[in-house]
Amino acid sequence: MSFDSNVPPGPLAEKWTRYRGTMNLVAPNNKRRIEIIVVGTGLAGASAAATLGELGYNVKCFTFHDSPRRAHSIAAQGGINAAKNYANDGDSVYRLFYDTIKGGDYRSRESNVHRLAEVSRNIIDQAVAQGVPFARDYGGLLDNRSFGGVQVSRTFYARGQTGQQLLLGAYQALSRQIAEGNVQMYNRHEMLDLVLAGGKARGIIVRNLLTGELERHAAHCVVLATGGYGNVFYLSTNAMNCNVTASWRATRRGAYMANPCFTQIHPTCIPQSGDYQSKLTLMSESLRNDGRVWVPKKQDDAKAIREGKKTANDIAEADRDYFLERRYPAFGNLVPRDVASRAAKVACDEGLGVAPTGLAVFLDFEDAIMRYGRSKAHSTGMHNPSDAEVRKLGEKVVEEKYGNLFEMYEKITGEDPYKLPMKIYPAVHYTMGGLWVDYNLETNIPGLFALGECNFSDHGANRLGASALMQGLADGYFVLPYTIGQFLSNEIRTPKFDPNAKEFMDAEKDTRERLERMMNVKGNQSVESFHRRLGKIMWDYCGMSRNADGLKKARKMIQELREEFYRDVFVPGSINDYNPELEKAQRVADFFELGELMVVDALNRNESCGGHFREEYQTEEGEALRDDENYAYVAAWEYKGWEEDPVLHKEELVFENVELKTRSYK
Amino acid sequence: MKLTLKIWRQKSPKDKGRFETYQVEANPHMSFLEMLDVLNEELIARKEEPVTFEHDCREGICGTCGLVINGQPHGPNQGTATCQLHMRFYKDGDIIVIEPYRASAFPVLKDLAVDRSAFDRIIQAGGFISVNTGAPQDGNAIPIEKDQAAKSFDAAACIGCGACVAACPNASAMLFVSAKVSHLALLPQGKVEAKRRAQAMVKQMDAEGFGMCSNITACEAECPKEISVTNIARLNREYLSSSIGTETKV
Ligand SMILES: Cc1cc2nc3c(=O)[nH]c(=O)nc-3n(C[C@H](O)[C@H](O)[C@H](O)COP(=O)(O)OP(=O)(O)OC[C@H]3O[C@@H](n4cnc5c(N)ncnc54)[C@H](O)[C@@H]3O)c2cc1C
Ligand code: SF4
Ligand code: FES
Repeated sequence: MSFDSNVPPGPLAEKWTRYRGTMNLVAPNNKRRIEIIVVGTGLAGASAAATLGELGYNVKCFTFHDSPRRAHSIAAQGGINAAKNYANDGDSVYRLFYDTIKGGDYRSRESNVHRLAEVSRNIIDQAVAQGVPFARDYGGLLDNRSFGGVQVSRTFYARGQTGQQLLLGAYQALSRQIAEGNVQMYNRHEMLDLVLAGGKARGIIVRNLLTGELERHAAHCVVLATGGYGNVFYLSTNAMNCNVTASWRATRRGAYMANPCFTQIHPTCIPQSGDYQSKLTLMSESLRNDGRVWVPKKQDDAKAIREGKKTANDIAEADRDYFLERRYPAFGNLVPRDVASRAAKVACDEGLGVAPTGLAVFLDFEDAIMRYGRSKAHSTGMHNPSDAEVRKLGEKVVEEKYGNLFEMYEKITGEDPYKLPMKIYPAVHYTMGGLWVDYNLETNIPGLFALGECNFSDHGANRLGASALMQGLADGYFVLPYTIGQFLSNEIRTPKFDPNAKEFMDAEKDTRERLERMMNVKGNQSVESFHRRLGKIMWDYCGMSRNADGLKKARKMIQELREEFYRDVFVPGSINDYNPELEKAQRVADFFELGELMVVDALNRNESCGGHFREEYQTEEGEALRDDENYAYVAAWEYKGWEEDPVLHKEELVFENVELKTRSYK
Repeated sequence: MKLTLKIWRQKSPKDKGRFETYQVEANPHMSFLEMLDVLNEELIARKEEPVTFEHDCREGICGTCGLVINGQPHGPNQGTATCQLHMRFYKDGDIIVIEPYRASAFPVLKDLAVDRSAFDRIIQAGGFISVNTGAPQDGNAIPIEKDQAAKSFDAAACIGCGACVAACPNASAMLFVSAKVSHLALLPQGKVEAKRRAQAMVKQMDAEGFGMCSNITACEAECPKEISVTNIARLNREYLSSSIGTETKV
């Protein structure tokens, strides 16, 4: 199998334009004869399927959701980046490129990231044309805001529902192609295997989730846009049904899984409140603009708060530790996500956590409320306002800025964040790792493409806020529709594939046996309980900080848990029925295998970078210590099954345009 | 708190279905769906089939969840989807009746899960702006007044959950359809096709078997995104002007 990044020659800024101008094309009459399978209808999948349909290909599109509009992309809150420089603050394609490479701690491919920055501008224009109601200023022009890790204002947004609005735009474009007959849509169909014929990806096996029937679908090539795998940790901010099965099944058929241990842990989420919980809720990064993060200095105070004997308001100013401001005076509460998350963990590990579970720190708006209140009082000519008056005015300003988030917090926790500081804790949020792809977004299996969060391509070891939406839409609208022609132009004489061919029948049989095996265990423990235990292992040993001993232990624990699963799981119902428990069971089975690979990857990477923090590799002040000499590579893993170790393939990263530096936020 | 749940159980679309009664021990910090998770874990422990209900984001944005709780779609709280409802609004000893949406255009699939694909077909009929991926004009080429963009957004906030249909005694889909028509018609980009869009979507809505709107406005009261019935008036205007062919105001 080929393992070449296929980066075109030429200067960085001209690669994409030149390449696009010289690519092989597929003539319209040939497009009509070519079939493409797209799995996934999030931003990446819906935009790709719609665009390929518009181009005249025959597209079959699959989602396990009941409607394309429900993909996890719908939940994205904050915004989408684009190098438009509307704010005239010095933004440019190069700056977005540079910020992304640096934010990713120098573990991504220059050429892909530069292309992403280039096409980011087209995305905004396209979305506006589709009717996405972005925020506007009083002049009627598009409004921007800033996000963490950058010094310009380049984030476009639609209130706190940017993902929803962008996805609806893509969904509408897709719906139009469905109506025109260019895309055949299969809702409630879950891909359970990839089919290869002659070494190329030629189809998939899916399960109709309502009837339980297995189906074989053939095409000239297969595009996966199946999202991230954060739910391997059980608790995450991802939607409940996000899973790794599509990419994992591809991995099992020979696709390489790249940097699987690169996971983003978001610092501001609502902490877990009990064992029954299965989902965590994100509180937008924007809150850190005004909120101050702290814990009590004394363990006694923290204990009293945990036991409900004291509240935050009982702790005197001198007894509080604003630990981000103390440790990172230059960036304070606005350090990048990975840094903020680790600092919160350190505080809780020291016994200073403030929730009954011991796992929470405060995010306090008191200062902001009073500051805004005083300034408002001043600007409205109030003299000597009382504290209560100032507070009232300040609360109003804070409500204008963050009202919907405060309301969401109160809905979930029942506490009023205007009166008591929020309690927050880091949670798994995004996975930078994913299927290895080359410049064409093609995996090492010819004819298999991967887009959006399910590929590894653009964010290195840490993703910047508002860049995932950008990447998903860049891949789907503006990159894949071109690059797929490189493969398909050699396939115009390939006749349609027969889904009754041996390769398809064999794959279907494999899938059926796999499902039957789980059904037939008839043990005593629920799928959910296994998932919860796996998540705990991953979180404890392969979460915010990792070390070699812990990782070795975790690998063993995962293997044992997997054995136990196949010995004692209980899946109710039957195969040939609408059976959500069976869906979960086979997803969790794949999470076991992925989880083990993540641990192997984390153990292999003897350095700390971005979201991957190995305790053995840190500076004296406890900061991440990268090793560019030995680890400036993409770790692409070839899976070999349960009994054998996976094989590492290295794609060395070459930095011709940026200089590798240590990130410092002090 | 100890609760009694009366839950609709139905094996398949053809099964007649019936209520079953369950006891569950909940705590006030749980969300409503977490309470159902706990019940399902107990059913599985007893080797019984868990209750099928749909959900995904659990943040009130994907529109997947949607149960009729004591007769109200998405339960008692205004502007709140089922997944955002918490058990602190219930007390020890409460009896809670949980049913699926009831509407002939939303057939029950199993237990509490219904088929809402009719909504997708309504969007396919015309709920879009006809623009291909390519190189459209610059995003700032057409300024849009801030309030106008905000109004469009208010309509675009619809999550496609279908509660409006379940709330309506006629099982009308007018709130959903009018939200999409308004979202697009309020923007200059969407204006061009506004009439054709309204007509096509209403035609599909009728074909799917949704009922007529008789201005009861129960839809607005139960909508988790508080979509306003003024959108229905706007749809009526677009629709009438399109069928009459003039700009008649109604
Ligand atoms: C709470 C939250 C907030 C976020 N906010 C932001 C933000 O403000 N800005 C930003 O840039 N990013 C944000 N992100 C990240 C971003 O939302 C995601 O990375 C992005 O939406 C992923 O898009 P996608 O198209 O790759 O995948 P998804 O949207 O996850 O879509 C996956 C699709 O694949 C389908 N699928 C998966 N497996 C199968 C299978 N086996 N068979 C059939 N279908 C399958 C699913 O049904 C779905 O349609 C946020 C993430 C979270 C969790
Ligand atoms: S209008 Fe409201 S109730 Fe109806 S589908 Fe949209 S969000 Fe749901
Ligand atoms: S589960 Fe997504 S809206 Fe309730």
